[in-house]
Amino acid sequence: MSDTSESTDDAGAASDGADDAAAVDTEEVRHVADLARVRLADDEVDEFAAQFGDILEYFEALDEVPEVEREEELVNVMRPDEVEEGLSQEEALANAEETEDGFFVGPKVS
Amino acid sequence: MAADINAFVTEERIEGDADADGPLADATVAVKDNISTAGIRTTCGSEMLADYVPPYSATVVDRLTDAGATVVGKTNMDEFGMGTTTETSAFGPTKNPVDTDRVPGGSSGGSAAAVAAGEADVALGSDTGGSVRCPAAFCGVVGIKPTYGLVSRYGLIAYANSLEQIGPIAGTVEEAAAVLDVIAGDDPHDGTTRDLREVEGADPDAGYAAAADGDVDGMTIGVPTELFEGADERVVEAVEAAIADLEAQGAETTEISLPSVEHAVQAYYVIAMAEASSNLARFDGVRYGHRSESDGNWNESFAETREEGFGAEVKRRILLGTYALSAGYHDKYYEKAQDARAWVRQDFEDAFEDVDAIASPTMPVLPFELGESLDDPLRMYLADANTTPANLANLPAISVPAGEADGLPVGLQLVGPKFGEETIVRAASAVEER
Repeated sequence: MSDTSESTDDAGAASDGADDAAAVDTEEVRHVADLARVRLADDEVDEFAAQFGDILEYFEALDEVPEVEREEELVNVMRPDEVEEGLSQEEALANAEETEDGFFVGPKVS
Repeated sequence: MAADINAFVTEERIEGDADADGPLADATVAVKDNISTAGIRTTCGSEMLADYVPPYSATVVDRLTDAGATVVGKTNMDEFGMGTTTETSAFGPTKNPVDTDRVPGGSSGGSAAAVAAGEADVALGSDTGGSVRCPAAFCGVVGIKPTYGLVSRYGLIAYANSLEQIGPIAGTVEEAAAVLDVIAGDDPHDGTTRDLREVEGADPDAGYAAAADGDVDGMTIGVPTELFEGADERVVEAVEAAIADLEAQGAETTEISLPSVEHAVQAYYVIAMAEASSNLARFDGVRYGHRSESDGNWNESFAETREEGFGAEVKRRILLGTYALSAGYHDKYYEKAQDARAWVRQDFEDAFEDVDAIASPTMPVLPFELGESLDDPLRMYLADANTTPANLANLPAISVPAGEADGLPVGLQLVGPKFGEETIVRAASAVEER
């Protein structure tokens, strides 16, 4: 998807909820689902709110983790920028639900 | 038989090279359904990809067929690898061939069940937080999670890139190691694979199957108390008996402490969910996968496509990952999880200054009954306590049958230092010989 810029934005109750994050209300679940572009049924929202409370409470134990120096031996892996064989247009479009004149057809923008 | 335990999502063949010789010539291999196979649908156990047919094969599939192995089918799995029981699959649960009222473990449950039931000689799974080792333990077979970077992930449909590796499942340690011999090695299509000639301390000529010689005389095995605490007593008993037997064969054992692993499950789930929320954003119904018949705009259409295509556990992880990365929570969850990951890595590095391998139960529990853990996701997550540390620390690990408890298989896990696959294969083959 092209519009992912919002997905790391404010999750709603961050300003008043960061300290007691274990409790999650249905509005927060709806907001996060909206950010993640996942529609939820009403009963799913209720179920997730209860389960997220338990799971996030369990994650709270991460507060006990000391700050650790992260010394990773990471190196960039480069290769010459040469044109290589890739998928044909036909292969690239083969799994799309809707195509037109060799292009993907997406949903309307607004 | 196949229909009985539901090990396969799709039963189609890719013939191996008939001219090949070597240990895998004429072997049959079952491939987890998140590993791409050209021309054969690859579903990830999801409605989202029920009709997806990859235009290319994963590197590991090409390497196996070049070595003479014939792919016999694509195995059932927890949806996108998200589960510990193979019950979150959109294609129904797989049953454990040892006891069909129980789960085979997950997420590579179909692969382990296929091997245990004799429906394939060997299998490929993928292991993000234990998904090869857990089903191997529950089904009474052998599973290897290689060091991060040993095996190419090209063609593996991503769940959590920084944690996962493709790994073999087989009836014996030697057979699993023979598959590893074939699939290991750097790949220009996966920039995270390593050329062992350039890795300090690694053996570029390592032969994994040849290391299954059972010779543990003089080997030092660390036994971490944290990975035995809280485990089912019947599991602990079987694993301790197997470790005692390694001592009888000349290995030295020493109790060690890995305090960081108490936080491994939390760190694993925060990191895996965060990576999943980003990886699975690609499933919008435009280029591949299910697409809803929505009249809505771009965003509404995506949200409906994803509502229809994803099951509950996948939605749960995408939402929790989105939450953990969002402003106000990023430092609290994601940053702390990365601290925990570095701590786990440090803990293991320190331990390997004194020991050659680290032994524990693979799973702290016996195989669940079907349906037992589905409504309680946190309970399912906690079962990954002993397997997730190796993923967080990028280390190799193997699960080998240690015996039975109440007629159910118990797995012993051995974790080795980075690229120390030969050591854990050697120790595991000694467990097997007892």
